[in-house]
Amino acid sequence: MDLVLALAVCALGGVVAGLIGVGGGVIFVPAMVIFLSMDQIEAEATSLLMIAIVSLFGTWRQRGYGNVDLRDAILIGVLSPIGVVFGVVLANELPERALKVAFGVLVLYVAWRLMKKALRPDRPEPEGSSGQG
Amino acid sequence: MDRERLIKLLVVGTAAGAFSGLFGVGGGTVIVPLLIAFLAFPERLATGTSLAAIVLIALFAVITFSFYGEVDIETGVILSIPAVFGVIAGTALQQRIPERSISILFSILLVGVAVQMFFF
Repeated sequence: MDLVLALAVCALGGVVAGLIGVGGGVIFVPAMVIFLSMDQIEAEATSLLMIAIVSLFGTWRQRGYGNVDLRDAILIGVLSPIGVVFGVVLANELPERALKVAFGVLVLYVAWRLMKKALRPDRPEPEGSSGQG
Repeated sequence: MDRERLIKLLVVGTAAGAFSGLFGVGGGTVIVPLLIAFLAFPERLATGTSLAAIVLIALFAVITFSFYGEVDIETGVILSIPAVFGVIAGTALQQRIPERSISILFSILLVGVAVQMFFF
């Protein structure tokens, strides 16, 4: 039964990944911890494998729809590991609480900007979109 | 590619890595909003390009983790099966909704991330 729940929640994670372009780890990790009693580190490591597989299929579909700039994606993907090292060093140097609060504020600012852009009344909908309503 | 755009992409890639190193948030949480807000990508292009970048990022990370033997390959593959069906359905669904609703969904996710940062 727990495996069935884990499978169902991971299907949902895939839908979220496809809809908003994230890997889905935000859903896969808790699914493994809660339903399969995996420990956090093992769940995170395993979710990375799932993310690689899921985003590969997502990329394939999105490429078919014409929604992938492959050159930009490779640039971002290749640079990211350098950023990871940077982040880990920073995490060891600065107090965790302050970092989290600063990141939280930044994330809220970005959320506000996205929302403002989305709700701007004069925004033209690109061709091929179903538009509002 | 013009210089300003290249620099912005370098920032997006480094930031995506740095924030996952710092807080364990996935790359997409950083890549998608930055592509939309700072490189003026339309939402669908931002999410598709993000997924392609995540393939590389996750591959690097999973290879690193596998050296420490933390990856449960069998469980990962089994759980990926419904997740792959999910992502195919999710991308198909995404083509049928207005682009702005993707931004709104993403804002909701970001508020959730902020709450997690403030309280956990």
